[in-house]
Amino acid sequence: MEKEFTKLFELFIAASLINNFVFTRFLGLCIFFGVSKKMETAVGMSITFTSVMVISAALSWLIYNYVMIPLDITFLKIVIFIGVVAAFVQASDTIMRKVSPGLYYKLGIYLALISTNCIILAVPLINAGERYTFIESLAFGLGSGIGFALALIIMASIREKLELADVPAPFKGLPIAFVTTGLIALAFTGFSGLITL
Amino acid sequence: MSEEVIKLPEEKVRYRDLIINGIVAENTIFKLAISLCPAIAVTNSLRNGFLMGIAVLFVQTMVNITVAAFRRFIHPRIRLPIFMLIISGWVSVADMTMAAFAREAYKQMGLYIQLIVAFASILARAEMFASKNRIAPSMFDGIGMGLGFLFALVVISFFRELLGRGSLWGLQIIPTKPLLIMILPAGGFLAVGILMAFFNWIDARYLKKRTVHH
Repeated sequence: MEKEFTKLFELFIAASLINNFVFTRFLGLCIFFGVSKKMETAVGMSITFTSVMVISAALSWLIYNYVMIPLDITFLKIVIFIGVVAAFVQASDTIMRKVSPGLYYKLGIYLALISTNCIILAVPLINAGERYTFIESLAFGLGSGIGFALALIIMASIREKLELADVPAPFKGLPIAFVTTGLIALAFTGFSGLITL
Repeated sequence: MSEEVIKLPEEKVRYRDLIINGIVAENTIFKLAISLCPAIAVTNSLRNGFLMGIAVLFVQTMVNITVAAFRRFIHPRIRLPIFMLIISGWVSVADMTMAAFAREAYKQMGLYIQLIVAFASILARAEMFASKNRIAPSMFDGIGMGLGFLFALVVISFFRELLGRGSLWGLQIIPTKPLLIMILPAGGFLAVGILMAFFNWIDARYLKKRTVHH
């Protein structure tokens, strides 16, 4: 039991820090650069992202193992996963609007943005590729979500300051954001080798 | 810019302009800055960057052709799910072809090939261009956008492999490894940032008057 827990913890740390989606796997960059200009949006995005990621990891695990493997249609996994994720996001959009308009007003816009985001799709694909168990998939989804949130919040706090900095004209805007991310990624390289799975 | 392209009568849209538009004016990576994930993930060697670019070129062109061919049958209200279905179908084709014929490269970049399905640029072209134009212009638009992407990936991976490993396409050119950081993950961000700044600089300096009209 304890050994299993340790493994889950390792998986979580590996997904959030060592193989951080933004800094080492380079996924979700469009959103990362798009919403990291302000702290408030970054926090809202992080919350929405993490919850969608965990739930879609669970959903797609169930579908992969109980529908696709018995029917022998795993070759359709790209088509099916994107359908599942998009349908789930659409459904939660509708439910949230009816049940909790306040929350919808705050987070609804992010929900619309992430329906076809590459991270959300990458989690089910990696889960299927690595043949994780159900609990492991959840740990991986949660770790990835937290890792992405961490990246967004670090970047947002830097970029709020960067707005005031005197940047050479050609580097204004995105290029300097890229260079900054490169430097953070360099720092994250330090986590590699922390845990070997 | 793209709005103008669509509104023009079709005979006036010259195919050459469509291709140049994709490579220069609306270059996915350097100008629009979307679909950036693979631009950094697979560009640590020239060969991977090239293969990825070819896969995107193929998917973009085929999606544009398919969407243009079926545009009269797709009901506007359900068009996005249909487009996604078409895109994921063609991505599956590219994915399986790659898995069968380029095993080594596929091991390194299989995940990113599968994730072409989530590219904003491909969906955007299907929605903005192919769903409103005939097959031939849509095909050339797809080729243009794909070539623009391929060009960006080749440029980035050229510098990263040359500086990081001192080689090109696996062939050793410089005996040392001048800048090891370039093949690390961090180097990808730095390379894209610096190249973007470089293109901005060229734009500001030489191409100020040449805004793109069609």
